[in-house]
Order: sequence, then C-alpha cells, then structure tokens
Amino acid sequence: MHRRRFWRISVLVAVAALLLAACGSNKGEGSSTGTTTAKTNTVKIGVIAPLSGSLSALGQGIKNSVDLAIKQANDKNKVKGWKIELAAEDDTAKADVGAQVASKLESDTAVAGVVGTLNSSVALQVQPILARANVVMVSPANTGIELTQGTDPANKKRPYPNYFRVATTDAIQGPFAANYASKDLNAKNVVTIHDKKTYGQGLVAEFTKQLVKNGGKVVAAETINPGDQDFSAVLTKIKPLNADLIYYGGEYPEAQLLTSQAKAQGIKAPLMGGDGIFDKTYIQTAKEASEGDLCTSVGAPTDELASASDFVAAYKAAGYKDDFSAYGAYSYDAANVIIDALAKVLSGKAALTPALKQDIITAVQGTKLDGVTGKLGFDEFGDTTTKVLTVYKVTQQEWKAVKTDEFK
Amino acid sequence: MTQFLQQMVNGIVLGATYGLIALGYTMVYGIIQLINFAHGEIFMVGAFAGLFTFARLPTALQTRPLLALPLVIVSAVVVSVTTSLLVERLAYRPLRRASRLAPLITAIGVSIALQELVRLFYPLPDGRLGAKSPVSFPRLVNGPPVDLGGVTIARVSLFVVAVAIVLMLGLQAFVRTTRTGKAMRATAQDPDTAKLMGIDTDKIIVITFAIGAALAGIAGVMQGMRFVQIDFRIGFIAGLKAFTAAVLGGIGNITGAVLGGFVLGIVEVMATQYVPKGSQWKDVWAFVVLIAVLVFRPSGLLGERVATRA
Repeated sequence: MHRRRFWRISVLVAVAALLLAACGSNKGEGSSTGTTTAKTNTVKIGVIAPLSGSLSALGQGIKNSVDLAIKQANDKNKVKGWKIELAAEDDTAKADVGAQVASKLESDTAVAGVVGTLNSSVALQVQPILARANVVMVSPANTGIELTQGTDPANKKRPYPNYFRVATTDAIQGPFAANYASKDLNAKNVVTIHDKKTYGQGLVAEFTKQLVKNGGKVVAAETINPGDQDFSAVLTKIKPLNADLIYYGGEYPEAQLLTSQAKAQGIKAPLMGGDGIFDKTYIQTAKEASEGDLCTSVGAPTDELASASDFVAAYKAAGYKDDFSAYGAYSYDAANVIIDALAKVLSGKAALTPALKQDIITAVQGTKLDGVTGKLGFDEFGDTTTKVLTVYKVTQQEWKAVKTDEFK
Repeated sequence: MTQFLQQMVNGIVLGATYGLIALGYTMVYGIIQLINFAHGEIFMVGAFAGLFTFARLPTALQTRPLLALPLVIVSAVVVSVTTSLLVERLAYRPLRRASRLAPLITAIGVSIALQELVRLFYPLPDGRLGAKSPVSFPRLVNGPPVDLGGVTIARVSLFVVAVAIVLMLGLQAFVRTTRTGKAMRATAQDPDTAKLMGIDTDKIIVITFAIGAALAGIAGVMQGMRFVQIDFRIGFIAGLKAFTAAVLGGIGNITGAVLGGFVLGIVEVMATQYVPKGSQWKDVWAFVVLIAVLVFRPSGLLGERVATRA
C-alpha cells in the first residue's frame, strides 16, 4: 500500500517537473535578449502590460514594439557602452498583479525605465512603487486623468514626477467623442454604460459632461461587471428608450458581447467606445453586429501616418507573432523616449547609480523628439503635448478612420 | 408589460445555466458533504472540449449544425466526465477520511490547476498552444430570434432552456425511480449504513461526480453557443453563481438547485430593471436575497434540516 502511494507521488512529481520544464522553455523562446555581453554594461527597460488574458492582443503589441525599439537602439549603438535589455512582465490587466511585477522591476537595479501600463487602474498601483526607486515610467495607453493631475480637478497636482504618458487622457478623449456624437452623428439621446474600472468610468464621466454642454441628454447611465457575459437585462431595460447612441466605457471583451446582444435584441443604435475597444478582436467576435460601431483612439491612424510607415515595415520584418495592435506605435515611441534619455545620461558612464536615474527622469521631462505618432514632448504634469485623436468606424468589417482632429 | 416579460425571459435563460451547473454542486455535497469548488472548471473544460471537437470536424459537418451539435455535446460530456473522475480519484478520494477542510482547499487548488492547464496547454484551432485570450465559439443554433408579441427570444436561448429543463426532469426521474438513484439517496442519508446494506458507496460517489460533470459539460457548450466566445476564466464566475444558486435552493436538494438557479437569474435581471442604480448593484441584490433566505430558512428554500456530521 505504502509502496503504491510512493509510486503515485513520484509519477505526479515527474509530470509536474515536465510541465515546469515546458513552461520554462516557452519563456526562453519568448524573450528577445539572451546572449551575454562581455565588455558592455547592461541596462534594462521594463514592460508592464497584460501579456496573457483577454487583453493580451494589446499587451503583446506593446511588448513587441518596445522590443523592436530596443533592438534598433542596440544595432545603432545609441547608448554608447551600454546594451539595452527588455524585461517584460505580465500584469494580467489586474492591479494587484501589476503591483507585484512592479516590485520585481523596482528591486532590479539594472532597470532604468518602464513602458506601461495598458490599464489606468493598474498604473495607479504601479506608479508609487516605481517612484520609490526613481524609475521613469512612460505609458503608451493610460488615459485616466488622476494619474498625472491628481484626484482634485480644481486643484491639479502631479502625484509622481517619474510618470509620463504619450497617450491623451480621458479628459480629452471623452469630450472628443462627445463632440463627434453631437456634431457629426447628431445624437441627442445617449445611453452610457461602463465597466466600473478607472478607465471606463473616467471616459463616461468626461463624455457625459461634454455631451450635456453640447445640448445632448444621457437618458440612462448603466454599468456592467468586467467578466460578465450576459448583458440581456441591461439591454432590455434600455431598448424602449430608443437612444441614438450607446456610449460604452470599457474594453473589447465585454464591448463585443454587448454590441452582439444589443443588435440581437433589435437595438439599432450604434455602440461607441474609447480606444479600449479599438482592436480587430472586437470585429472578429461581434461580426455583422459590429457594423457601424464607432470608437475614438489617440493620435492619427498609424497606418496612414507617413512617419509610421518605417515602424510598420520594421515591425512586419521582425516577424512577431502578434499584430502591433492599437498601442504598438505609442509603445515604440514611449520606448524611444526612454532610450533617448538613456543616451543623454548614460553614454560613457560606468554604472547606473540612483542619482543617474533621477537625471533620466529629468531628461524625459525635457524630451523633444519626432516620434512615429507625431511630436513627442511632455507638459508640467507629464501629459503629452500632442492632442490629436481619431474617430474610427466599423465599415465592411474593418476599423476605418473617419475623422482625425486636434482637440482644442 | 412587454418589458417585464422580456426581462422574465432573460432571467429564465440565465437561471437555466445557473441551475444546470448548480446540480453538480448540490449532488456532490449531498453525498460527501464536499463543496466541489473545481466544478466551475469542469464546466469550462466542457466548453473547450466542445470547441476542440468542432474545430477538427470536416467542413461538411461544420456547416450542418444539426449533425455537428450532438458530436460537440458528446465530446464535451466525455471530457468533462473524464476530468471530473480523475479529479475525484486523484485529489478527493485520498482525502475522504481527512478533515473536511482538506478536500475543500484541495478543490480550490484543483480549480486553479485546471484553469492554468487550459490557459497554457489548450490546443487552439490554429495550432498554437494555450487559450490565453478569449476564443470564439461556433453559434451552431442559427436563425432569426423568435418574436412573441414584442418579447424576443434568441433561438439558442430557447434551445438552452429546453435542454436544461429536459435534463433536470430526467435527473429527478433517475434519482427517484432507478436502483442506482435509490442507492445514491441511501448513500446521501448515511454512507456507513448504506455500505452495510451492500451498496458500493465508492461507485455511487463516482456516478454522482460523473452525472454532475456531464451536466456541467453540456452547460459549457450552451454557454459557448450563447456568447460565441469562451475563456479560461468563465468557470470562476459561473461556478460562483451556481454555488450561490445551490445554497439558495438548499444545498443537497436537487429540486432546490434548479429553483435556486431560476430565482437567482430572475432576481439579478429584475434588480437591473426595477431598482434604481440596479445594474451597478445587481450582484449585491442577488446576495441580499441569498442572505434574507438564509436568515429565515437557514438550510435554503427547499433544504431540510440536517444534523451536521462530525
């Protein structure tokens, strides 16, 4: 009896060991930098993004684009005497996991900067941890206002001097969407739905303010839970309101089900969202139901920007498995902002000291670069100085840019 | 009025899935007093197994839902049942005589393990490994929604409710009338005496796990068809809701689990419609109802008072 149990346990252990080995080798393939360098110093740029889970399409695009920027910098030897490595961490789009991986990067003294996060809610947890170690953080995608301007809109105060973003905020994206809704779509009665996360809630709040200013009306303000799949109750409730538009604050995993179920219930109004729904997956899942739906995204369309064509070509040539997705170009720019600062501060230096990390932050603050998404620079809060946004519409099962404009 | 009826329909469809999963919780609890927290994952595994089969069918079959559907369901059931029996054999049976906390914690561990297995190693239709993001699921039951005087019901929803009701009634009949059903009831009442009477209780426990898993597997396919996407995390929320439904109805009681499922589904939907700020608080209302029921009927809507076993 005893022997049998022992045998069974050994089999279990063997299987577990095999599985672990398999995981390990997978990771090895995924990371880009592996070879050791003999003479040069190594500095790391971290990535914190959802590399698995429902938002991984966006997260992988972020990671690969940063990887591309690092490879190019190494090839051109941009930071003299230093080799840059990528340290990518998976936050699974959850704030607590984000805090854990941020601590991991904080404790790694070779990490000089971090590109991330995707989610504003995760960034809120990551900011203070990286700030402790003076690690500069540049987000390609965060739109939550409080990240740069604090919680009190009347008394703006930057919470962390190490935090920057190349994405525009909800304070601009929400009103931009509202202006499009009132002026271009002639939408008077709008239903808003959000997923109670920092991003969705902020977007809907700013959208609502501007819509009311434009003379529109929010006829129902509803919420859903992230992770829910059945939205029939909320949709039945709003159906008789005959709204002109459904404005959704949230991301595509819920939005694509919401729009499918809305159309199945016979709701004609299109769904409009922020950059969180701007992904191919949205159309692939919702199929015909997504036709005519709208979204806003930061910057001008990557494919149409002349400055971005080199990036698009290089990304394709690098042969990444996943698409660069909505934030690829921004992540590439964010990485280059950090690399540019590293080149200024670290070139010729022997070691990365805490004082130099402070200098890197100062260098990022003074960034003046021509990025693939436009001019890169930061105001006194760490927000981007470029405020261009684009409205996209699902036309024949594809996101087509319908209006690019600078928000004033 | 139309709106009330429409919400009622929404609630019933939602409740049918809850009920179908809740049966697995309640049956296992009835027999070995184990809250099988891995049950939600059995449901998830069923959905993924159905997709696995569908993706590998020849195109001629894929385009004929009526032929493909039975194959998808059968494969979901087979994989769900196999997984569940392996879990029972490897994780729960060795702990049968241990304190009741040990299998409970084990169940949570099994649940995480199954989620991660699917997340890392599920063979996607395009050949890659690991279902790290939501995967699309075929619709299978097509056609325009049925319109009954303003109340629209998607065909797939009709199908889901019909299947759920047939399965629930079938299970009732099985437990009430067959010899095995009788043995199950005897084991639930007193496993030691049942054993003395010549009932192979280990076999009965296995059968119970198998039936629960089969129902969960079918529910998994239904869920996939309704939402046309599945994800390795769907088991968690569905399992939590189904567990709530089982407790609401009186855990250990089969009719109770079904009733609990419908009550929970309808409460959630009605709270969204009729309570101000309802959509924000729908889960809160569901749990308020649960607590209210437990305050006045501690053993659930249909549960009987049972002495706790040592």
